[in-house]
Amino acid sequence: MSEAALPATAAAPPPAQAKEETPFRRFARSFLEDKLAVFGLGLLALIVLLALVAPLIAPQNPYDLASVDLMDSRLPPGEVAGAGFTMWLGSDGVGRDLLSGILYGLRISLMVGAFSGILAASLGTAIGLIAAYAGGRVENAIMRIVDLQLSLPSVLVALILVAGLGKGVDKIIIALVMVQWAYYARTVRGSALVERRKEYVEAAQSLGLSHARTVFRHILPNCLAPVIVIVTVQTAHAISLEATLSFLGVGLPQTEPSLGVLIANGFQYMLSGKYWISVFPGFALLLTIVSINLVGDRLRDVLNPRLEK
Amino acid sequence: MEMISKTGLKGLKVAILAAPIMAIAGLASAQELRIGISAELSALDPHYHNLTPNNMMARHIYEPLVGQDEKQALTPRLAESWKAIDDTTWEFKLRKNVKFHDGSPFTADDVIATFQRAPNVPKSPSSFNAYVRGKELTKVDDHTIRIKTATPAPLVPTDLSTFGIISAKCKDTTTEEFNLGKCTAGGTGAYKQAEYVAGDRVVLTPNENYWGGKEPWSKVTFKMITSAPTRVAALLAGDVDVIENVPTSDVARLKGDAKLNVTSTVSNRVIYFHFDTFRDVSPFITAKDGSEIKNPLKDLRVRKALSMAINRPAIVDRIMEKEAIPAGQLLPDGFFGTSKKLKPVTYDLNGAKKLLAEAGFPNGFKMKLHGPNGRYLNDTKIIEAVAQMFSRLGIETEVETLPSANFFTRASQGAPGNLPEFSFILVGWGAGTGESSDSLKALLATFDPKKGMGATNRGRYSNPAFDAKLEEALRTVDDAKRDLTLAAAMEIGMEDVGLIPTHYQLNTWASRKGIKVQARTDEYTLATGIRKE
Amino acid sequence: MLAFVLRRLAQALFVIAAMLVIVFFGVNVVGDPIYMLISPDMDQAQIAETARAFGLDRPIWEQFLIFLKNAAQGDLGRSFVHGESAIKLILQRMPATLELAFVALFMAILIGLPLGLYAGLKPESRSSRLIMAVSILGFSLPTFWVGLMLILTFAVGLGWLPATGRGPTVSILGIETSLLSLDGWQHVALPALNLALLKISLVIRLARAGAREAALMDYVKFARAKGLSQRRIIGVHILKNIMIPIVTVLGLEFGSLVAFSVVTETIFAWPGMGRLLLEAITRLDRPVIVAYVMVVVVLFVAINLLVDLIYSALDPRVRLTEATS
Repeated sequence: MSEAALPATAAAPPPAQAKEETPFRRFARSFLEDKLAVFGLGLLALIVLLALVAPLIAPQNPYDLASVDLMDSRLPPGEVAGAGFTMWLGSDGVGRDLLSGILYGLRISLMVGAFSGILAASLGTAIGLIAAYAGGRVENAIMRIVDLQLSLPSVLVALILVAGLGKGVDKIIIALVMVQWAYYARTVRGSALVERRKEYVEAAQSLGLSHARTVFRHILPNCLAPVIVIVTVQTAHAISLEATLSFLGVGLPQTEPSLGVLIANGFQYMLSGKYWISVFPGFALLLTIVSINLVGDRLRDVLNPRLEK
Repeated sequence: MEMISKTGLKGLKVAILAAPIMAIAGLASAQELRIGISAELSALDPHYHNLTPNNMMARHIYEPLVGQDEKQALTPRLAESWKAIDDTTWEFKLRKNVKFHDGSPFTADDVIATFQRAPNVPKSPSSFNAYVRGKELTKVDDHTIRIKTATPAPLVPTDLSTFGIISAKCKDTTTEEFNLGKCTAGGTGAYKQAEYVAGDRVVLTPNENYWGGKEPWSKVTFKMITSAPTRVAALLAGDVDVIENVPTSDVARLKGDAKLNVTSTVSNRVIYFHFDTFRDVSPFITAKDGSEIKNPLKDLRVRKALSMAINRPAIVDRIMEKEAIPAGQLLPDGFFGTSKKLKPVTYDLNGAKKLLAEAGFPNGFKMKLHGPNGRYLNDTKIIEAVAQMFSRLGIETEVETLPSANFFTRASQGAPGNLPEFSFILVGWGAGTGESSDSLKALLATFDPKKGMGATNRGRYSNPAFDAKLEEALRTVDDAKRDLTLAAAMEIGMEDVGLIPTHYQLNTWASRKGIKVQARTDEYTLATGIRKE
Repeated sequence: MLAFVLRRLAQALFVIAAMLVIVFFGVNVVGDPIYMLISPDMDQAQIAETARAFGLDRPIWEQFLIFLKNAAQGDLGRSFVHGESAIKLILQRMPATLELAFVALFMAILIGLPLGLYAGLKPESRSSRLIMAVSILGFSLPTFWVGLMLILTFAVGLGWLPATGRGPTVSILGIETSLLSLDGWQHVALPALNLALLKISLVIRLARAGAREAALMDYVKFARAKGLSQRRIIGVHILKNIMIPIVTVLGLEFGSLVAFSVVTETIFAWPGMGRLLLEAITRLDRPVIVAYVMVVVVLFVAINLLVDLIYSALDPRVRLTEATS
């Protein structure tokens, strides 16, 4: 694919801003116009907060095997654990309190999603910029690698990477970055190519500005809008992909259960009526991804000025 | 592409016939049986791959000389009787008036042809050579054969129960041709091969002239459904009539369903922990502060303490949801070569703590447990539960589970020098022969490639007294004596805690009301064991 | 034009070669296939013998050279597990996967396009907001989770559709399909919907964005001013305009549908090549994994090429040159 960047993500540069408002305030006002997006942002903030303070509010440390009791396994929501606290969301197959599991799981899922999203975005953007700016053989070579990367099914790449690397949060982040960077590279290159041909770049170059300065001060800011949109979408995607890998048995280790691991573990209980083991983490995952996507969705609209009236 | 067009054409015929029946899933003809099996077979060639699903499917079409009943006791099959003439010679009397699927008679020549083919299938991932080698076959008459071995070989009848006899006409048929059903002479079994779509289904039709009587099913379809929840859903949705390998979490629900039958029996599969007893410093065991310590597992008291700290009834009850039995040896009581004395080690946390202190570890140590992910029923949960229990003992325990492909390589030869990598692992062992010699030989005998002993001894446990007892048993042709000697070897290995067994799995089948499945210890789902109620 | 196609093919070869190296050595890192093949009760000598028969006792680079030598003669290797040609195994399974992916693609367009158009043309209406909210849900749900929910609801709970497998197949002009019978459609409905879910949301989004942009375009405003009917405006002007990105993206997404079918096929016991791949990965059946990746890459490159050609046909402004600068 050469010029067929997604129309939804490849945005034109924002036109000259309105008089008094700073660009950020303008952006914030415009973002907040949509109630659903505000709801999503609020929800996301709440989820992030919960994840951050999880060790303080969770009734149990689900990683500490000494505090988990096998005798508490598969308790339905609301039952009291052997240790005396109420398991409001029930317990899983080895006696882990699900509420605690979900709170800690959120931490891991969000961390995996955010880290891999940011790393992939930085890496992909840099590569995309280099490709667009350098042109010629360099660009050709980079874009062939991007093609190569995108021609691999993400599940397959991640499967082989994780299986080879071993399990662990760091390993899965590496795998997810490897799966995602090419999307950024392709998109950024697409927008950067458009930017490159604009007068202001030519002007900058004729002024004798350094390459790096031109790229980072002029081209990059104008390519950021689509990148921000992809970051949100890809973060959500990364969280979901991690859950899928866990379902296939190559995701995170059981001792550090992300939401995906919790769902996968609860999967076998779905048909037997012990819905809570899989359903509650499923809801938590769903809410997280939906809130991110709601925010990302609005960002896309706001950052795409062509749609403004 | 030959295969596609063939099956395509056959598929068309089947499709036209089957469409109206299959469309109304709930009302499938009573004559037709659809079974959801949990593993994919790799071929329909009976000698290509010594693998449970392959052997199970082959049993329908190709019969072995010696059969194994539902408890894996040996029964006459194509051989009517057998006896040891002396320590190194066995004589088998073959069944008369048995016909292959093409009507040709079964004779000693077919056995000889099978003996030539079975160990020599090209590119076999797991050959039957092990059961054929060292056996010199002579034909006495059309229905008598003798097997001569260099050393006393008590297991000859057991060996002969592992592979099916093919017609001599098919001795040069390739695996691909077997898959396509080109061995038209087939076997002597109760069913004939009708269709095989790799990775999807096997369709069998009854052998009208079967010597053991006609089967009640007009057609049997085995559908390969590897995902456990999907298999259960397929039964509940009426896509299939029988499923095997019911996940433990669904057994209670299925038992409560008035429209279903659930049957189960203890399996020949034991779940156990194997651990490093050969290194002076074990890679995944340290003091609590992370410093190097002497391998505590070399001390019998530590091994005993760990075994006592495992609450087996809790594992069976809470994790296996009662679909297991606590284990005290490598095969359930009642199997050939098991001890009547050995009982599951009783859970005793205080006793364990005391032993650990005596051994010089009053404050415990740090250890990492490893195991496969999804290879055995609830494997990860069992490791986590045992880690909980060890934590209570004062051992700081971590758990790492790996995909099978990764785990078994590392557990067998991951460390430098192709040594086992891990310190403490969860594994399982199914005794395909239905007696204990094969478990003892593989798991507890001293690792010795020259003798072929201890091949799966991933802890490199070594005890000369045990080895001597086992070797004595392997030379004993007399069944009663061998039974006792094997039991004695088992007792030595268990009392020395060469490994820690936790439980035997149950094999569970579920079927629609009106269909009864005969539960088997060897995990085989045989249409010949499924009857209308 | 011809130069363009040729260059693409050269790139495809490069991609395949690179993939080959990655997969071949990657699988080797995971584990030794021998432990997934042998029967557990084999002794050391038999294990060594089997490894020798498969060439697994040689160093990995030597195995790779042997593979290359054979590949040069057109032999991509035999499955360790099945003993048959790996390519043949994959091609046998491919029709089922392609059928599933096509139905899913079709479903995505059929469901997504009208919803997206509606949401784009009436962005402020309540139902549009609902559509968008639901599409976010569609993006957010993990495929495997939805799969079991679909089975639970429609197969187990309501009993409307079968939970597993593929309907009876027939061969039409050499193409094997199960779509000629009602039973076949009943079997494909749930897995295809499962697979289509993500793409439905995608189509909704693309169609909405396209429609919103198009509605603001001068030519659409002009058409409106001229008094053309709404239907004609949507049917001719807007649809034509938004079909380009949709065709492009869906073309690219087809490859991902094929890849993601790994999950769907496992859950619905659909006998496609995705399931074969997963089985091969769990058993370390390297020749099948290698062959799968090669087939998928070829498929993907072919689709990319096709999409580019269609794209250039639909939009004459795009010229078929590599966008070097």
